[in-house]
Amino acid sequence: MSQPYAETMAKSQKEISISDFFAKNRQILGFDNPSKAMLVSVKEAVDNSLDACEEAGILPTIFVRISRTDNKDRFRLMVRDNGPGIVKKQIASVFGRLLYGSRFYAIRQSRGQQGIGISAVVLYSQLTTGKPAIVTSKIGEDHPCYRMEVQINTKNNRPQMISNEVVLWDHPHGTQIEVEIVGRYHKEKRQSVYEYIKSTAIVNPHVEIIFEDPDGVVHSFHRVVDKLPLPAEEIRPHPHGIELGVLKNMLAYSESRKMTSFLTTEFCRISPRGAREILEKASISEKKNPKRLNLDEVQVLYNIFNEMKFMSPPTDCLSPIGDLLIRKGLKKEIDSKFAHTVTRDPRVYRGTPFQVEAGIIYGGELPAGDTVKILRFANRVPLLYQQGGCAMTHAIERINWRPYGLEQRGGKGIPSGPAMILVHIASTNAPFTSESKEAVADVDEILDEVGRALMECGRKVKSHINKKVKLKKVSEKYSIIKDILPEIARKSSEIIGKPHPPLDGVITKIMNVTVIDSGIMYHEEGEEKFTEVTIKVQNYTQKAKKFRLFVKVPNGLIQGIFPERNRMKREIIEWEVGPIEPARSVRLGFTILGLDRTDYDDVDVYYSHLTGEVIGADPL
Amino acid sequence: MMTGKRGAQITAGNREASDRLVKIAEAIHGQLCDDNIPYLEVSSRTKNNIVLDEDHKVWKYGSDVVTRSAKDLGGATNILRNLYTIDFIREMIKSGKSSTLREMYYISEGWEKAKFPTQDESNKLAEDLEIITRNMREDFKLRPEEDGARVIGDLTIAERNRKGQVKRFNCKDDVGESGYGIPYNVEEEKLQFKSVKAKMIIAIETGGMFDRLVENGFDETHKAILVHLKGQPARSTRRFIKRLHSHSNIPLVIFTDGDPWSYRIFASVAFGAIKTAHISEYLATPQAQYLGITPSDIVNYELPNDTLSDQDVNALKSELTDPRFASDQWRAEIKLQLKLKKKSEQQALAKYGLDFVTDTYLPQKLKEMRIIRG
Ligand SMILES: Nc1ncnc2c1ncn2[C@@H]1O[C@H](COP(=O)(O)OP(=O)(O)OP(=O)(O)O)[C@@H](O)[C@H]1O
Ligand SMILES: [Mg+2]
Repeated sequence: MSQPYAETMAKSQKEISISDFFAKNRQILGFDNPSKAMLVSVKEAVDNSLDACEEAGILPTIFVRISRTDNKDRFRLMVRDNGPGIVKKQIASVFGRLLYGSRFYAIRQSRGQQGIGISAVVLYSQLTTGKPAIVTSKIGEDHPCYRMEVQINTKNNRPQMISNEVVLWDHPHGTQIEVEIVGRYHKEKRQSVYEYIKSTAIVNPHVEIIFEDPDGVVHSFHRVVDKLPLPAEEIRPHPHGIELGVLKNMLAYSESRKMTSFLTTEFCRISPRGAREILEKASISEKKNPKRLNLDEVQVLYNIFNEMKFMSPPTDCLSPIGDLLIRKGLKKEIDSKFAHTVTRDPRVYRGTPFQVEAGIIYGGELPAGDTVKILRFANRVPLLYQQGGCAMTHAIERINWRPYGLEQRGGKGIPSGPAMILVHIASTNAPFTSESKEAVADVDEILDEVGRALMECGRKVKSHINKKVKLKKVSEKYSIIKDILPEIARKSSEIIGKPHPPLDGVITKIMNVTVIDSGIMYHEEGEEKFTEVTIKVQNYTQKAKKFRLFVKVPNGLIQGIFPERNRMKREIIEWEVGPIEPARSVRLGFTILGLDRTDYDDVDVYYSHLTGEVIGADPL
Repeated sequence: MMTGKRGAQITAGNREASDRLVKIAEAIHGQLCDDNIPYLEVSSRTKNNIVLDEDHKVWKYGSDVVTRSAKDLGGATNILRNLYTIDFIREMIKSGKSSTLREMYYISEGWEKAKFPTQDESNKLAEDLEIITRNMREDFKLRPEEDGARVIGDLTIAERNRKGQVKRFNCKDDVGESGYGIPYNVEEEKLQFKSVKAKMIIAIETGGMFDRLVENGFDETHKAILVHLKGQPARSTRRFIKRLHSHSNIPLVIFTDGDPWSYRIFASVAFGAIKTAHISEYLATPQAQYLGITPSDIVNYELPNDTLSDQDVNALKSELTDPRFASDQWRAEIKLQLKLKKKSEQQALAKYGLDFVTDTYLPQKLKEMRIIRG
């Protein structure tokens, strides 16, 4: 009898090393072409540095350098941080082994999630140039600094250390990685290293990044806040967010002896009572050892998880950027007239907490005819590719932007106008469409939240535009009464040889409006910061005006509200104004303490009990 | 007639214009004294506001008016510009000078808030003042640049030159190949027709076709006076044609390209232009007949052609709602052209040789129109 063929096949069946697999499928990790490879390499290294610094409570200072080599296709990339460093025995594994990381099992909002990032860069470098990565790391002032050359053995996915020495390093702690890669460098293009770094600086105002490009030009992105974002808390998985395979692994590796304690200690939102209910429904004994569950039982348990109601997972584990800081970041990098930002309350999709933030800037230098530029971020990381396949873009496209003053063909698609839109999703597990983390999947809850945040931004843009239109109208009227009308009077008198007519009556008739004009003055005295707000109300109508005026003020210290007849409730100052006689004006004002120059730059004024046309304020 | 400085003259028309302009300033001053926001009313200048003047058979402005009010910046600035212009014209008339429209535009540079952004605006304002006062801009001592429209044919003219001397010459024998240049002022006091030895007047749109007819001697063989319209004809050209026609009483035909823009040229000669409808009775010659190129000619003569552009189509459609083209014949031709989606130039006739237009096309068309006998 001949040998069964399966035996022959068996000879060629062996474990395919992950490194081999990725070597053949680079695009999965985003190394499709030289330009993208360049960007992804920078991004993986910088993301890691930021994660490490934040986790260790250090304000990140990051230095990135790209330099040319003799070969025009090859570049050297160096990224250095002031983070906690990596202990000697881990260095090789971190950089020389795929799927080796500290975050995979942690349910926490961080940039890194998979333990692939930096080792994939090392692998790519190795595959394209044959050069090892050089890692330098120091974990503290009194510790030695190690420099190692690391490669990946692609057959068994194990690190290979080529050299290892102790060196002198004039930094107290931190990590530096250098690789040589085949890449391409683009100056200031849409998907460029520069763009990535600039975007990173926008959503990470606590970071200082220095970037030296291949021409030796140094770009500095300075820190604008000296406070680290609140650390993201680690949470246990929620029964709604777990996948079958993961549940199986958790059961297999659990340290609990009984199912009840497994359920209550390894998940969030399962109470002892809930645990008993689950087990009863599943007909699994409460005392059963988690390791003993058979496949059917796991499946039943999984089904019950999804059928039952549980309290939503805690959401305080997320670390949003905060609307004020997004504003600061945006204003720092982009010159525009108007910015509005929103931080929504945290929500949950499939047992996973997430939180949406959005911002829009409008006017100024932004080009009016182009489609709006979109800045997408997930867990503070800019997403530069696959814009068209991302939930954030889809949410933008679904909104009819025309009522908000932007142009949009057919009321669908990306709008155009002098604006820029920013969306940030923070989540313990952002649902990316692929391993390369370039786009967020269309999860309904996320689409809805982004939509709501953007519509609020849209409304603000609209009222900003309205205000501008009205102010233009009023400034036109001013120039009629100041420049043109007196000339009409002079010229007509001259032609017919009669005296000038008086103009007061005609002036109030032309204006026929109440103008509310607000101004902001900022100054510092030593450590103290003052934002002084004045509001001038001018009555250009033929009747005396008496009404109420309201101003929304930021949470903080308000002082020196004038004139007397006012009161302050929550974050609103209310004045009794007038009566103001025709052609007269009054001044109101207050001072805000402690805010920075750009923090408060648009006074929101509302009125009630006022008839006729009003410019510079909205009805309450 | 009075004579001002440097031999220039002040006519009754000038004095009347000056008085009426001052009245406008008076009205504005009065509005201010009454605490009213100043305003000016001018006839609306759109095709929806032109009506047929039965007496003269020309199209004139109807009763729609636009009000320019100092309530908005545009209106206020317009009123101020009117006042400056009035003052300027008044001064000119007083001192017996005159200026071109272009000169006035440059002079307005010094008018600060009232200065004109483009010459189009200052030209339009001069037309507004004509409409309000019912005077012609010649009365304001404003004139256009010479536009060099030309005439060739057996026509004898007496023209008063700059020095005030009257010179007499024949537009066939006493002029060069380029013909007699029509001056900007063609009124009686400046120009008189002494004798016309011709059977028809042919007004031609393009210089190329005018030159072709001159070279082929069509003016002599068919006893025609040829007038070059030079695109959309200037006022003086239209006024010249009108005076020549009423003086001689011979048929007037218009020969243009076969496209919507050329039909507008015909309409402005025959019925009056929308822009100058306030003086249509001076400028328009309702007896003018359209000779071609017609859309039917494109088919009948199998002329080389171009496809209509989007603008062409829109212009044709707009002509379908233009009261000046409301006749059955025009509507049929315009609809035919919209169906053909084609247009042809006059010079497309050269397809059949350089003499075709003078030997065949024009004689055939003129016979059809019963202007010559066959
Ligand atoms: N600059 C650094 N400083 C300190 N620790 C680092 C640094 N870079 C990487 N690490 C450690 O190495 C681990 C592996 O990094 P790697 O980029 O491969 O995966 P990750 O960041 O966890 O996930 P992802 O694949 O999503 O990037 C990190 O989880 C972190 O613990
Ligand atoms: Mg990483």
